[in-house]
Amino acid sequence: MIGPYIVQGVQMCLVLVAAPLLTGLVRKAKARLQRRRGADVLQPYRDLLRLIRKETVIAENASWLFRVAPYLIFAATWVAAALVPTFATFLPFSWAADLIAIVGLLATARFFLSLAGLDIGTSFGGIGASREVMIAAVAEPAMLMIVFTLALHAHATQLSTIAQALGLPAVGVQVSLALVLVALILVALAENARIPVDNPATHLELTMVHEAMVLEYSGRHLAMIELATMLKLLLYISLIGTVFVPFGLARQGAPIAAYAWGMLFYAAKLAAGGVLLAISESAIAKMRVFRVPQFLGAALMLGFLATLLLFVARGS
Amino acid sequence: MDVPTPAGASRRIGKAERGDACGYDDGEGVRTGVTLLSFLLGCVASLLLLGPAGVALPRRLASAAIYPLTALVCAALGSSALAALLAGRVEDVVLPLGVPWIGAHLHLDALAAFFLTVIGFGGFVASLYAIGYARHEEEPRRVLPFYAPFIAAMALVVLAADAFTFLLAWETMSVTSWALVMAHHERPGNLLAGHVYLVVASMGTLVLLLAFGLLAGTHGHYDFTSIRLAATHRTLAWLVLLLVLVGTGSKAGLVPLHAWLPLAHPAAPSHVSGLMSGIMTKVAIYGFIRIAFDLLGAPVWWWSLPPLVVGALTAVIGLLYAIVENDLKRLLAYSTVENIGIVFLGLGLAMAFRSGGFETAAALALTASLLHVANHATFKSLLFFGAGSVLDATGERDLGRLGGLIHRMPATAVLFLIGTAAISALPPLNGFVSEWLLFQTVLTSPLLAPWLLKFLVPAAGAMLALAAALAAACFVRAYGMAFLGRPRSPQAAGANEVDVWQRLAMALLAAACLLLGVLPGLAVDALRPLLRLVLGTTLPRQATEAWLSLIPLSARAGSYNGLIVLVFMVLAGTSAALLVRTVAARRMRRAPAWDCGFPTASPTTQYTPASFAQPLSHVFGAMAFDTAETVAMPPPGGLGPARFSLRSRDRIWELLYRRLALVVERIATRLNRLQFLTIRKYLSLVFAALVLLLVLLALWQ
Repeated sequence: MIGPYIVQGVQMCLVLVAAPLLTGLVRKAKARLQRRRGADVLQPYRDLLRLIRKETVIAENASWLFRVAPYLIFAATWVAAALVPTFATFLPFSWAADLIAIVGLLATARFFLSLAGLDIGTSFGGIGASREVMIAAVAEPAMLMIVFTLALHAHATQLSTIAQALGLPAVGVQVSLALVLVALILVALAENARIPVDNPATHLELTMVHEAMVLEYSGRHLAMIELATMLKLLLYISLIGTVFVPFGLARQGAPIAAYAWGMLFYAAKLAAGGVLLAISESAIAKMRVFRVPQFLGAALMLGFLATLLLFVARGS
Repeated sequence: MDVPTPAGASRRIGKAERGDACGYDDGEGVRTGVTLLSFLLGCVASLLLLGPAGVALPRRLASAAIYPLTALVCAALGSSALAALLAGRVEDVVLPLGVPWIGAHLHLDALAAFFLTVIGFGGFVASLYAIGYARHEEEPRRVLPFYAPFIAAMALVVLAADAFTFLLAWETMSVTSWALVMAHHERPGNLLAGHVYLVVASMGTLVLLLAFGLLAGTHGHYDFTSIRLAATHRTLAWLVLLLVLVGTGSKAGLVPLHAWLPLAHPAAPSHVSGLMSGIMTKVAIYGFIRIAFDLLGAPVWWWSLPPLVVGALTAVIGLLYAIVENDLKRLLAYSTVENIGIVFLGLGLAMAFRSGGFETAAALALTASLLHVANHATFKSLLFFGAGSVLDATGERDLGRLGGLIHRMPATAVLFLIGTAAISALPPLNGFVSEWLLFQTVLTSPLLAPWLLKFLVPAAGAMLALAAALAAACFVRAYGMAFLGRPRSPQAAGANEVDVWQRLAMALLAAACLLLGVLPGLAVDALRPLLRLVLGTTLPRQATEAWLSLIPLSARAGSYNGLIVLVFMVLAGTSAALLVRTVAARRMRRAPAWDCGFPTASPTTQYTPASFAQPLSHVFGAMAFDTAETVAMPPPGGLGPARFSLRSRDRIWELLYRRLALVVERIATRLNRLQFLTIRKYLSLVFAALVLLLVLLALWQ
């Protein structure tokens, strides 16, 4: 009886532990592509530990919201990341939140991050928050259209059911799924503040979004926000892996070996996702802020087209 | 509900009845005596009497006495209506009032009981809030005579069971709320607000009058039972549906009939604004459901098109207005427009499913809509009260002159934050639940056979998704500008926390937001008698599901559990905080803001509401407002300032209202001649009209 709950616990810890590693891998791969040696893959863990140990400096007029927000953002992102199937499906708490609720949890995290950006009353916080909500205003509907398409395929919004339904050999290659894959990648790039939407490696650039919002954070607060950012990246890569490469997922009540295989497959998916992200980031230039809505508008239209295709194809 | 009604017709109805009313019954409506209905009518009568009492009492005593009494009566009204809803009671009474040979038909069923619960609860918290808020009212006698009768009129609309009583109560509701809007007619803009409201309200009533005329047919049966029995002709029913959509939509704020709403709702005192936005718009939705779902009978699929399309458009357009609005109360009124759109979208889906024979899906859609009605009533009242408290403390409604209130008004800031998170559809609060249910409904709609719906429903789903995301953007802006940052005016810097009554009312609403979000299954279960009454089918019982999760269709298809999400979030957040505190350095220091090394002392360097909205209006504004931005830079080396100018026009106002006003004026000028005819000409006009009407009557029959 206790078995499934242990698996759930393992999943929660796994995403937390794997997230900095994934970020480290992306940074390493990017450095190698730029013919730099780059920092160790384990560097993000050291960074987090260093931040946690440092003294925290907060602005004089920071309110309680500024201090609570990092933990709230971290909690919402962690719960969302723990609910995406990674190496096993139908975990005991998977029914507590479906894909729509996961999108909602990420929206909660973003809501508080934008508010925290506005709390100090500096122009950089304002610029970041204002642009973040503009990007979200297009990215979130696009994400929901993607959810619609997947849900119409699987007759469910439950991620485990979706993974199972898309893993059937009968699914094959479908136009709507291809459209959705492209849309999901575009949304994932925007949501994670990656190139070409935002640059995670820069400060002091007028076009920055995410970094501008967290400019005033330091010490343990910054560590929580960084960890949440890493978790979010892991979440999106896991999501793409689970939905579009639904192989190697352990079923409910499978033997231990199946779970081990699931872990192995999951590690391979993460590594592949991370390297692909590094390649794309090295190949593309960042775009102007007001091109972003067009970029995401494409994702929205692709998602809408895929949904429409399924609506029309279903009842005829 | 054991509260004695204070003034006037205080009837204490049989206790035994009340006992079994609380029992849970799932079957067909329980037809019993009229005990509960007469108790409710007693409440309505006492509310009506509290109006004149407000004038009769001495000036200093009036506010202090009327608002607590109103709160008590509303609490009795709401809780007994809730009991009636849970028990699924059906009661009828005909009072010898009104038109002599018709009488006043009154009817209590699950649909009426649900909306009465919303009215009772909304009236209760609004009155509670007003105990504190109205202390600063300079002219209490302009508000008090209309306040309690306004609530009574809303309750009567819901209880009415014949066209005459319905319209009478509807007009009373309009007139009393108009009087409340005009309470401060001397302030600039309020006269225009009252004027526009009066015009739209009379137009709405006229349209409803025509709708009831068509429903009653040539026999002239105006009570709802006869209308229900006499099946209306299909094409005629379609016309009735359109008229009802216009009539109730004008009161609820459907685009393009929304223009009065952002003018009138903010003009009223804040507790009344909350009632008008949170509750009165719901009474209009009740009117639509009563006529379109109950009186018109089984729908045809194309009936669903007007509410679906108009609802989806309203949801997005309302928010686009809200995003660029700088007045906090007007912003909230525009957001009401959006939420009304969401409700009508759900109602349209319910009609489409019902016509296709998908009863469970129809029940899901109706549940989502009604849950959103209850949710919106809670968080919109909360937000309007919050805006009222800000107004009370600073005298400002302009976001550009607020800021930093989280330091000065800590309790209001927390409660307002809960309201904004709820209205932005964030889990685990209540706004998310109804949006989640609506998304689930949209996802079951490939079942619908008509091709037009296959294109329109996904488009409506996309609009819904866009509205959800825009709402979050809108309320980040509203909260961030009013409560966060540094104060932008001396008034905001010197604000003080409001009194305990206002905080208590807001705290009750915030608790309701959380409870409805965490335990949505109970609310969905409470709607089961209503679904059975209106649709003849219900959703599976949710209260028996493990962990109280919400599973509308099947567990494999999709489920949501707000309680688990909340518990997980709290556990994750607190454990992270505790862990970090044990591992980490506990040192924390306050220092000047970093701001990339260039902190500036002046609060004017902060982002303003306009600058925050600029990217959004840049992306979405061209559609709705025909915006054009021009940047004039000085030539290279020039020392002149660069100028940025933004032009934006309200297209609906210019294209529709202004032109309509021109046409009306032109017609009126032409018809002016009719006022100066001779008596012979008048008599022949009357005669011609009579002949025309008789001919029409003969043709119709």
